[in-house]
Amino acid sequence: MATDSITLPLPRAESRSVVLDWLCTVDHKKIGLMYIVYALIFLVIMGCEAILMRIQLARPELHFLTAAAFNRLFTMHGTTGIFFVAMPILFGFGNYFVPLMIGARDMAFPRLNAFSFWMTAFGGILLYASFFSGGSLLQGGSAPSVGWFAYAPLTSPVFSPGHGTDFWILSLLVAGVGSIGAGVNFVATILCMRCPGMTLSKMPLFAWMNLVTGGLVLVTISPLTAAQLMLMADRFLGSHFFDPAAGGQPIMWMHFFWIFGHPEVYVLIIPSFAFISEILPVFSRKAIFGYPAMVAATAGIGFVSLGVWAHHMFTVGMPSYGNAFFVLTTMIVAVPTGIKIFNWLATMWGGKIRFATPMLFCIAFLFQFLIGGLTGIMLATAPFDWQLNNSYFVVAHFHYIIVGGILFAIFAAFYYWFPKMTGRMLSETLGKWHFWLMVIGFHLTFDFMHVPGLLGMPRRVYTYQAGRGWGAWNMIVSIGVIFQVAAILIFVYNMVHSYFKGAVAGNDPWDAWTLEWATTSPPPDYNFSTVPAVRSRRPLWDLKHPEDPDWKYE
Amino acid sequence: MSATSANVTVESAESQPLSRGRVGMWCLIIAESAIFLIFITAYLVYMGKSVNGPTPRQILTVPVITTICLLSSSFTMHWATGALREGKQLLFRVFWFITLALGATFLISTLREWHRFIYQENFTISTNLFGTTFYSLVGLHASHVAVGLIALSTVMVLALFGKVKQEHHERCEVLAMYWHFVDAIWVVVFTIVYGLGR
Amino acid sequence: MLCSATACFAAANSAPLSPTNIFAPDSTPARSIFRISAFVLEITGAIFVVVFSLLAYAVIKFRERKGDDGHEPAQVYGSNQMELAWTVLPVLIVVVLFLSTAQVIHRVQDAKAPADAVHVTAVGHQFWWAYEYPQYNFSTANELHVPVSSPQDDRPTFLKLLSADVDHSFWVPRLAGKTDLIPNHPNTMWIDPHQPGIYLGQCAQFCGTAHANMLLRVYVQTPDDFQKWVHEQEQPAVNDPSVVLGRTLFVVKACFACHTIRGTIAAGKVGPDLTHLMSRDTIASGMLPNTPENLRRWIQDPPAVKEGALMPKVDMTDEQLTQITAYLETLK
Repeated sequence: MATDSITLPLPRAESRSVVLDWLCTVDHKKIGLMYIVYALIFLVIMGCEAILMRIQLARPELHFLTAAAFNRLFTMHGTTGIFFVAMPILFGFGNYFVPLMIGARDMAFPRLNAFSFWMTAFGGILLYASFFSGGSLLQGGSAPSVGWFAYAPLTSPVFSPGHGTDFWILSLLVAGVGSIGAGVNFVATILCMRCPGMTLSKMPLFAWMNLVTGGLVLVTISPLTAAQLMLMADRFLGSHFFDPAAGGQPIMWMHFFWIFGHPEVYVLIIPSFAFISEILPVFSRKAIFGYPAMVAATAGIGFVSLGVWAHHMFTVGMPSYGNAFFVLTTMIVAVPTGIKIFNWLATMWGGKIRFATPMLFCIAFLFQFLIGGLTGIMLATAPFDWQLNNSYFVVAHFHYIIVGGILFAIFAAFYYWFPKMTGRMLSETLGKWHFWLMVIGFHLTFDFMHVPGLLGMPRRVYTYQAGRGWGAWNMIVSIGVIFQVAAILIFVYNMVHSYFKGAVAGNDPWDAWTLEWATTSPPPDYNFSTVPAVRSRRPLWDLKHPEDPDWKYE
Repeated sequence: MSATSANVTVESAESQPLSRGRVGMWCLIIAESAIFLIFITAYLVYMGKSVNGPTPRQILTVPVITTICLLSSSFTMHWATGALREGKQLLFRVFWFITLALGATFLISTLREWHRFIYQENFTISTNLFGTTFYSLVGLHASHVAVGLIALSTVMVLALFGKVKQEHHERCEVLAMYWHFVDAIWVVVFTIVYGLGR
Repeated sequence: MLCSATACFAAANSAPLSPTNIFAPDSTPARSIFRISAFVLEITGAIFVVVFSLLAYAVIKFRERKGDDGHEPAQVYGSNQMELAWTVLPVLIVVVLFLSTAQVIHRVQDAKAPADAVHVTAVGHQFWWAYEYPQYNFSTANELHVPVSSPQDDRPTFLKLLSADVDHSFWVPRLAGKTDLIPNHPNTMWIDPHQPGIYLGQCAQFCGTAHANMLLRVYVQTPDDFQKWVHEQEQPAVNDPSVVLGRTLFVVKACFACHTIRGTIAAGKVGPDLTHLMSRDTIASGMLPNTPENLRRWIQDPPAVKEGALMPKVDMTDEQLTQITAYLETLK
């Protein structure tokens, strides 16, 4: 079996330039790494955008940024975060580890995989090219300034002359093709390429959750593609999809966008759930509690998430029964989400929790995701939302989930799987510094950010009046950024330093149970020298505990 | 964990009922269906809402012949792949060519209809809401037909050079799935645009 | 975070934390929202306390101790009873929350205007608010006046919300939740403020460059004051002969093409109605106090004062600027 045998890497092909190798690779591990590095670069960029905005908002009526520059910054920050940070990083980890965890050699369609990555990459470059085209660079060039959800008719040629909006549309159309390709690949890989013995009910939750995500991507990104094609037609062919003068309905853009926009956030959170579901059990030294319930809950979330979109539109004047319907579906989706939290809690219960850095981030995730979910319930209450919608309360809520939830889960994934990808351990000391600075900074910024929302501060404002009572809170929010910057710098340093000087990891530094730990760190190109065959959900547990294997109890 | 078959290659998975190619194509079909659904929704919502200009009744003539062409091409496609599965090269090439010809007829017809609309009736995508939703929906479908025809032509050329063998029948069946999908979409579009809409 | 919410709550009736505190409602819709929000906060607060405590307990109690025997703990794979329990209980909570919420939605959204309601049509523009009073046949801009509503004399104001250009949102937190102004999609909302005073708010749907400066001011007046204000607004513009030069320049410089001054030839609809400009406390949609100096600065170069303003900088000499400002200063 692979844990005992030494798998030697094949001799490297001669005189192939490293650059060409990476540019032309179709290997899922290399593509996964490219996705991750690409996303990290954009994470830093979007962080800089946030820093600039928070400086501008620290006090009322500052003039550090013009309104035009600020409006471009929040548009780019949001668009970058969703499409060029969160999605690529999650697809990156999925790409790297799904084939390994199911005992496969690669993804189902390696060339489609490469194509998807490069489309996504090109989309991001195209979006950022907008900063350098037209207009003054200090004012943000021709970057889009219509908000990341680009409501019509603000995006019509009349109200958005110039090409900012076109950059937004085109870059996301291109990246969207890449995302759909990734979705196709994940579904085909997981359904068709599992190793012998790994039935659907024996595959890791990581695989299940990426399966649901892949399927969700197919029906989530496509509505956005459709809506953007319509917007392009309006802008360039003179069509009237969202043109009020010709009878068009701007509200249709809102529906189409949120039909994409809401399931999209589940495309982001479900892979994060996948990380937690793999890491938390290992550091609690217990199997995940309630595997079937977790699968059912994930599938349930995927389905229900397709029917909640108009909770982003409670204030647009839908009839009362329409609003009530979306209140109901939105609250219903909270039930399977809560079930997952309880199952993770039950996994820890009775365990022997090890507080290594990956686990610290998991625990913080649980607390923070709980709070973010609860503010979500507040927002689901439509009348409450009539006050809170489009205010800083909403901004606080979704950053709570995206930063406090998704980003923390991603950090956990880094600390857990960096050893497998590079063969070196990340420094635990630096990891703890990273963690605590991040916790302090995150809570300073995003806890207090709820208050201006409750006090009436709308979002997307480049400045605000002095007499509103928002100044002190905004200052605290801005100060929290300093700690987060420090945390991220330490994290980057940790990765670079550990890549060269970190302790050698070996195959299985965490004493874990899924197949990726059965091969070398990093794995050879072919992943496994012999195709593994499994009998339970935790093949390595079975090997390490032959007297008490999982397959006796599953 | 026992090492079972040492060289379970990926290729053999293709002839299983749950092959990568079929699953992948179903995924693509699902994604494309979602795109069409949005355009269909726009068509339905905006039906009758144009503030000016020609109505569907005034301008549309039901494309019966071209619809028959496209739908029959699904049958000929089915016979073509069936022939290939049984190794009947000549039959395969003949039916494949007829499929291609029927599809091309459909596309050319659509383009001629549009030519009449634009140059004689002055009816374009920017005329009114009907124009907007008509051209976008029918155009989206036509573009999918066009992509299908490119794929079909590629296979035709390869077949004429003798490169398409019996063992490739699975791949042609996956392509056939796409073609059937395009036909199915036409049934829906046809019903809504030329049936309901008028 | 929940502590901050409680703080806002508690401070609502004492020294105000903010003139736009959603927890300081002063009108029936805002009060209904406040009550259901308090209910939801209580429930989510309780959930938080329970789950947080369990998580904290688990993290502390089940940590690996030093000198541990190194054996793995008992592997528990699941429990159907627990899954049932923590599915059923949340579903019940959802049912309760949904029913109470649906009730409030219906009560606020489906309220019918009584016979003596005041009707105002609010039209959102980039970056100002037009208010038309169809019952009284006049229009004004940027400062909305409504009568106070008391239990004895209930006189709500029903607003019809339209947009002349892009999406906007009318949000005065102490009076009601926000409702959007969307082109080709008229909306309605209502308020019945219980206390006279000024209520602040601002546009809450990103509408372009100057979105942050599209402020709202609602003046709630006693019935007598309101009638007086209506009567004043209904009059045509003051015709002061001493500023005839300014009035002429108003036409010559094409201001009349965008603005209306009733009783003159100026009947433009692109910019705010200026008939009684001097009856307003602020200009530039709440951004600046209405002083002669601010007015002059504004007319001289609007985009320099309010970045993104669509009122253009019109070429004029200082003397002409003085004349026009003096003219506008007479429009009481």
